Amino acid sequence: MSAGGPARAHRLRDRAARTFLVGSACGWVGLLVLAPLAAILYGAFREGPARFFSSLLGDGGRHALLLTIALAALAAVVNGVFGTLIAWVLVRERFRGRALLNSLVDLPFAISPVIIGFALLLVLGPHGWLGPLVEASGTKIVFAWPAMAIATIFVSIPFVIREVALVLEQADLDQEQAAYTLGAGAFTTFIKVTLPNIRWGLVYGVLLTTARSLGEFGAVLVVSGGIANATETGTLFVFRSLDDRRDLAAYSMSVALAGLSLALLLAMEFVKRRVRRNSGAAR
Amino acid sequence: MTRRSLLPLLAATFLGGFVALPVVAVLVTAFSDGPAAFMAALAAPAARNAFRLTVATGALVAVVNAVAGTLLAWVLARSRCFGRGLLDALIDLPFAIPTLVTGLMLVILVGPQSDAGAWLEARGVRVLFTWVAIVIALLFVTLPIVVRAVLPVLEEIDLDQEDAAATLGAWPAFTFRRVILPAILPAVLQGALLTFARALGEFGAVVIVAGNIPHRTLTAPVHVFGAVESGDLVGASAMSVVLIALSMSLMLITDRYRRAWLAPRTEGR
Repeated sequence: MSAGGPARAHRLRDRAARTFLVGSACGWVGLLVLAPLAAILYGAFREGPARFFSSLLGDGGRHALLLTIALAALAAVVNGVFGTLIAWVLVRERFRGRALLNSLVDLPFAISPVIIGFALLLVLGPHGWLGPLVEASGTKIVFAWPAMAIATIFVSIPFVIREVALVLEQADLDQEQAAYTLGAGAFTTFIKVTLPNIRWGLVYGVLLTTARSLGEFGAVLVVSGGIANATETGTLFVFRSLDDRRDLAAYSMSVALAGLSLALLLAMEFVKRRVRRNSGAAR
Repeated sequence: MTRRSLLPLLAATFLGGFVALPVVAVLVTAFSDGPAAFMAALAAPAARNAFRLTVATGALVAVVNAVAGTLLAWVLARSRCFGRGLLDALIDLPFAIPTLVTGLMLVILVGPQSDAGAWLEARGVRVLFTWVAIVIALLFVTLPIVVRAVLPVLEEIDLDQEDAAATLGAWPAFTFRRVILPAILPAVLQGALLTFARALGEFGAVVIVAGNIPHRTLTAPVHVFGAVESGDLVGASAMSVVLIALSMSLMLITDRYRRAWLAPRTEGR
C-alpha cells in the first residue's frame, strides 16, 4: 500500500467517523445505564454505610430479603429439575402434542407479569377455578407464600428449558445410545452421560432463573397482598417504602437486590467463558 | 416402554398446569359476560387511551433501540478499544437489574428533588410523570435486545468486504448502507419486534415513573393492575387477552422470520 495523499485522507476520515460513532455509543450507554446506576448508589450510601445497613434490614427488610432469596432458590430448584426434564422431552422424544408443548415454553416471556399474577388469582383465588380444591386442602395459597412461589416459578420457566435444549441439540446422541446399548438403564445413562454433557447449560439456565426471580415484582405484587414481615419480598419492600416516603430504605433494598443480581451476572460471564473453552476443546 | 410415555406426560402436566391453565382462565373470564361485555370493556375511554399510550411508547422505543442497538453492536463488533469489555457488560446490565429498581433509579435521577430534575424543571421541561419518563424506562429495560440480535450477525460478516469498500474510497456511510445494512436488516427488525413485544408488558419500571394519570400516563399493564385491584375481572381480562394475543403473535412472527430469513443466509455463506 502506498502512503499517498488520498489513502491517508481516507484513513483520517475513517478514524474521525469511527471516533464519532464509538463516542456516541459510549455516551448513550453512559447516559442511559451508568447515570441512573450512579444516582441510586449515591442515594443509598449518602448517609454512610451504617445507615445503609440499618435501613436495609430494619422494618421488615430482613424478612423481605430472606423471603426473596428463598423464593428465588425454590424457583431455581423447581425450574432446574422440570426445565431439564421438559428440554429433554422436547429434544429427544417424538410424541403427539409436542409442537403445542413447544409453543407453551416461551409463553411466560410473552405475558406481562401483572397478567401472570392476575391469571393465577383466577385459578387459585377464593372464587377461582381451583378455589374449592384449595379450600378443602386447608392451606392458604393466595396472599401467602405458595402463590408467590408459583408466580416466581411461572415467570422464569423458559430460561432452563432454552439453555438446556440448546446444549442437548448439539450433544452427541451416540454416547447416550452406546451407554444404553451396553446395558445401562435410562436413569444411569442420564446421570452418567447426559448430565455431564448439559452441565454448563443447566448452570447457566439456573443462574438466569435466579437473577430473574430476585427481581420479580408485578406477578408477586398481585398474588401476595404485600403484608410486612409475612408476604413481602424485596421488590415489594421497595414499593411500600416509596409509598411511606422512607426513601433511604427503598434505595438500600434496591442496591442490595441489584447487587445480588449483578453477582449472578458476573458468575454467568464466568460460566460463559467455561462453556466457550469446553466447546472449543471438544472441536 | 412406560418411560417413553411417562416423561412427556410429566412435562405436559407441568407446563399445562403452570402455564396453559392460568392463560385459559384469563381467556374464559374475558368472555364470561358475553362478547358484548368484552368489547365494551375494551371500548371504554380509559382502556382505549391506555392501550394507545402503550402501543405508541412501545413503537417509539422499538425505533430508537433499532438505531442505537445497531450502533452499539457495530462498536462492539468492530472496535478493539480500551473499555470494550466494560461496554459489553454494561449493555447486559438492564437484564440483571429488577425492573422496579430501574424505575426507582430514574425517579432519583430526573425527579424534582434531584439536581438534574431541578435543572430541567427550571427550563420548563418535566420528565417524571410524563410519557417521556415511560419511554426512558422502556429504553433502559430493552437496551440489550437489539444489540444481542444484531451482534452475532455482524460478527459473521466478512471484514474483507467492508475493508475492500473502504480501501476503494467509499465513505463509511456508503459502506454501511450498501454492505452492512442488507446483511443485518433481518436481525435489526427481529430485535425491534421483540423490543416492542417486551415494551407492551412492562410494569415494574413504568408504574413508578409514569404517575399513572388516567387517559394520559396510565399504560395498558397498569390498567390491568388497576382493574384487578378494583375487582373488575372482565375489564382486567379483556385487556390481558389483547396484550397476550399481540405479544404472542409478535413472538411467533419473529420466530418464523428468523427461520425463513436468517437461516438460509447464514447457511449459504
